[in-house]
Amino acid sequence: MLYIPCPHCGLRNETEFHYGAEAGVAYPDPNALTDSDWAKYLHIRANPKGWLAERWVHFAGCGRWFNLWRNTVTHEIGPAYLPFTEQPKSPANGQEGLKA
Amino acid sequence: MSEILFIFDDNNYKGQSGEPMAAALLRSGLLTITNSTYHGRPRGVVGLGVEEPNALVQLVSGTQESMRPATVIELAEGLNARSLTGIGALPELPDAARYDKTNRYVDVLVIGAGIAGLKAAAEALKAGHEVLLTDDQPGPGGHLRHLGEALPSVLQDVLTHKNLTYVPRCTATGLYDQNYIVAVERRSDHLGDAAPANRARIRVWHIRAGKVVLAPGAFQRPLIFANNDRAGIMLSHAASTYVALYGVTFFKRAFVVTVDNQGYRDALRLHQAGVQVESIYDVRQDAQGASVDAAKAAGIPIHLHTTVLDTVANAEGALQSIILQDLNTDEIIEAAADLLAVSGGWTPIVDLATHIGIKPKWSAEHAAFLVNHNTDQLQTAGMLAGDFGGDDDPAIFFGPALDDEQAHNAYIDLQRDATLHELRRAVGAGLHSIEHIKRYTTIGTAHDQGKTSGMLTIGALCQLNATAQDGNSVLSPAEVGTLSFRPPYVPVPFAALAGRERGPLSDPIRITPIHQWHVEAGAVFEDVGQWKRPWYFPKPEESMEDAVRRECVAAREGVAVMDASTLGKIDIQGPDAGVFLDRIYTNMFSTLPVGQCRYGLMCKADGIAFDDGVTTRLGKNHYLMTTTTGGAAGVLAWLEEWLQTEWPELKVYCTSVTEHVSTIALVGPKSRQLLQELVKDIDLSKEEFPFMHSRMATIDGTTVRIARISFSGELAFEINVDWSHALATWERLWALGRPYDLAAYGTETMHVLRAEKGYVIMGQDTDGTQTPHDLNMSWIVSKKKEFIGKRSLQLPYLQQAGRPQLVGLLPELGNEVLPEGAYITALDVKPDGQGKTSHTGFVTSSYYSPTLGRSFALALIANGLNRMGELVAVPIGKKLLQATICDAVFIDKENLRRD
Ligand SMILES: [Zn+2]
Repeated sequence: MLYIPCPHCGLRNETEFHYGAEAGVAYPDPNALTDSDWAKYLHIRANPKGWLAERWVHFAGCGRWFNLWRNTVTHEIGPAYLPFTEQPKSPANGQEGLKA
Repeated sequence: MSEILFIFDDNNYKGQSGEPMAAALLRSGLLTITNSTYHGRPRGVVGLGVEEPNALVQLVSGTQESMRPATVIELAEGLNARSLTGIGALPELPDAARYDKTNRYVDVLVIGAGIAGLKAAAEALKAGHEVLLTDDQPGPGGHLRHLGEALPSVLQDVLTHKNLTYVPRCTATGLYDQNYIVAVERRSDHLGDAAPANRARIRVWHIRAGKVVLAPGAFQRPLIFANNDRAGIMLSHAASTYVALYGVTFFKRAFVVTVDNQGYRDALRLHQAGVQVESIYDVRQDAQGASVDAAKAAGIPIHLHTTVLDTVANAEGALQSIILQDLNTDEIIEAAADLLAVSGGWTPIVDLATHIGIKPKWSAEHAAFLVNHNTDQLQTAGMLAGDFGGDDDPAIFFGPALDDEQAHNAYIDLQRDATLHELRRAVGAGLHSIEHIKRYTTIGTAHDQGKTSGMLTIGALCQLNATAQDGNSVLSPAEVGTLSFRPPYVPVPFAALAGRERGPLSDPIRITPIHQWHVEAGAVFEDVGQWKRPWYFPKPEESMEDAVRRECVAAREGVAVMDASTLGKIDIQGPDAGVFLDRIYTNMFSTLPVGQCRYGLMCKADGIAFDDGVTTRLGKNHYLMTTTTGGAAGVLAWLEEWLQTEWPELKVYCTSVTEHVSTIALVGPKSRQLLQELVKDIDLSKEEFPFMHSRMATIDGTTVRIARISFSGELAFEINVDWSHALATWERLWALGRPYDLAAYGTETMHVLRAEKGYVIMGQDTDGTQTPHDLNMSWIVSKKKEFIGKRSLQLPYLQQAGRPQLVGLLPELGNEVLPEGAYITALDVKPDGQGKTSHTGFVTSSYYSPTLGRSFALALIANGLNRMGELVAVPIGKKLLQATICDAVFIDKENLRRD
């Protein structure tokens, strides 16, 4: 079970959180997109082997959304950061994908 | 230790309290404990602990837990057990024992209180850490306990250190990410009748550790030879321990067959305990070391480059003689023996490490898979890390070459009765991956999860896969690969995992403030999420059908009342609340005048409708949203997600008030007259209080909010009252309602009433793929503004013809209520080549309507809105019912009744 650092509450068990897929995908202007691009926004998210910045919500705690670097292979947890703040550098440190 | 009596298979046995049950049974001469599950072969004790594949028993005393190895059951007064043939039986009665959970956060968790674990604990203590030490044995010392040796005093001191918590009989069953460990502590079985009644039988530990040290030790492994499963063939370490430590005197003539020096140590122990050790048969060409010298000095004959090929049974099926093979000359020798002690090398317990994805590495030097890991978070120690101690120089050997007939009786997995023959067949069928072979042969899938059979399978595959691939050379185990183990490491009773969260505590129960009244009124309840809601209120002798008809008639012709307190309610405030709701709902809310209500529908971004309800504007910057009973939490989370992650600039605050405000629905043509008796400060007439308006009022000095909302199509009032005053308000209404024959109604009548009006229930009349258009609700989709999901409604696949649409359905026979979920087919459809007919839709809601005097239904039917009047078929079993597609509104299409 992952041990997730909520920026507001500190380290808590994974069961207190819900997952929200890739972070940093802004809601686009729906009318500026082709059908195909809109469908991509709806259904396609990055799912790499390795480090990924993800959205999580501490639903059973403070109820706040935040972002978190996590390695999808090793399940290592990287830095957490608040929405609309600068994204910390990937912990991959240029080694993206090699961990697998 | 004291002598106690216990019962096994209805016979009385004597034993020492605290010793393993297997030891006492062996000491009394019970060699054959059970017959194997599939082949029915007599089997006896093989091992010393949880690796035991044969001697599984079912407890008769206490909790009647099934499939406990007799090697780990500690004898206690009152113990009663019976043998098992592989398959356990669930006890008839619920488990009355108490089970607990505990959570721990520690600096260092050491798993295994053998010498390696104790040394690791000592180091961590020295560095100032708080240490938790768990071990599955009753006492510390690991293999020293089996040797009957005391702990060195320096390690004794570790156990009494103030910063160390030592938990015996506590098995770590799973290692998870970020050093999360689940461990299962057995706290009372070993005390038998003397166990305090209030003690939890098992405590499940949920541990989060800064660092984990894995020092689990190792299992000795058997060898593959013909008839290697007979009672009297044991792992050498187990045999010598039962004889030397537990005083088993049954065995007279022993042979030891070995691949390492452990066989010599055990031969010596047997010899010193008075067993006639006829010979040590060692597969190696050369054997050296202190233990070899000691065996020689004791006069035990040693045969090198030899091994066991086969065995012969006596009349009872137990070991009588063994057939040995000289690997130089292929000469065969038969010798009488009642004990064959087998030392096939050590298999370190890699299970926990593999739980988190660590791949063990093959070490030819150790003839074993090891895990050498040393980081700040995880460290391995002892045999797992390759510290085998002693003077071992094991051969990589898993058994002699066997012919086809011998392979049939050469067992690899004793619990599954899986043999070398089956392994050969798997490889012959083209399987190479050990994970595939495991599933094909069932090896390693029994209660013991391959603790003794896993490594034997790998060993056998070294030969078989090589033959299959390129002829003669033998593969290394490294090339065959290891099995991945999954938690739990040992079986865990479900009762332990449930802990105290059983029965009424298994899930929270939510009740309304009027609940007790419903109970006393004889309501039958249904579960809606965690809520208990009255389903219907039968009078004495009344069937559900009768009750629902009476309730429906009261609502349509007189007056009826329902507890709607479970309705999800979200208080939404802030200067941008109107703008926010415009984006959330498909229709407009910023233009809603204060004091008015509007029905709203919300979609996900993909254009699929997912919740609905009436939202009231209470003030300029203040709305009260209602949601479906089941959808309340999900809708609040949805609102928060948009506010927090997309529109932080909106000043809007959402608060769940479901359990602050109780809602009482008063429904029926006489509802106005009745309510006006209770409410004196406002005029309830339709001119002064129009439909979909909300007014503050006073009932008995309490401020309430009354809204003219109808979920039935009838004249209706929703009384919203503070949760703590709801019961009083309900009781006042009830008393005043007597002259009106006021009826209380439940969810079933509510469903009938709303379905008669074609009102959709999200999740019942939808299956998560309907747009507002599919629900015939295009009228609610605003063309003027943006809202979540709007762009998706333009996508071609949500607009294409043939989508399921919500329609009404009138069964041909008015007394036939169609089953909800029933498939609908076209009338003339013919079965295809597979005898199947394609469906055109399904029934979503179906009831008998007292108002219509017939049955009716709602259904999702392909292109249904354009098929009005069409006759369709509803196959039910062998019957083919017919029904006509119609408008979903069955009564009062003009909406005349609600005023
Ligand atoms: Zn939090």
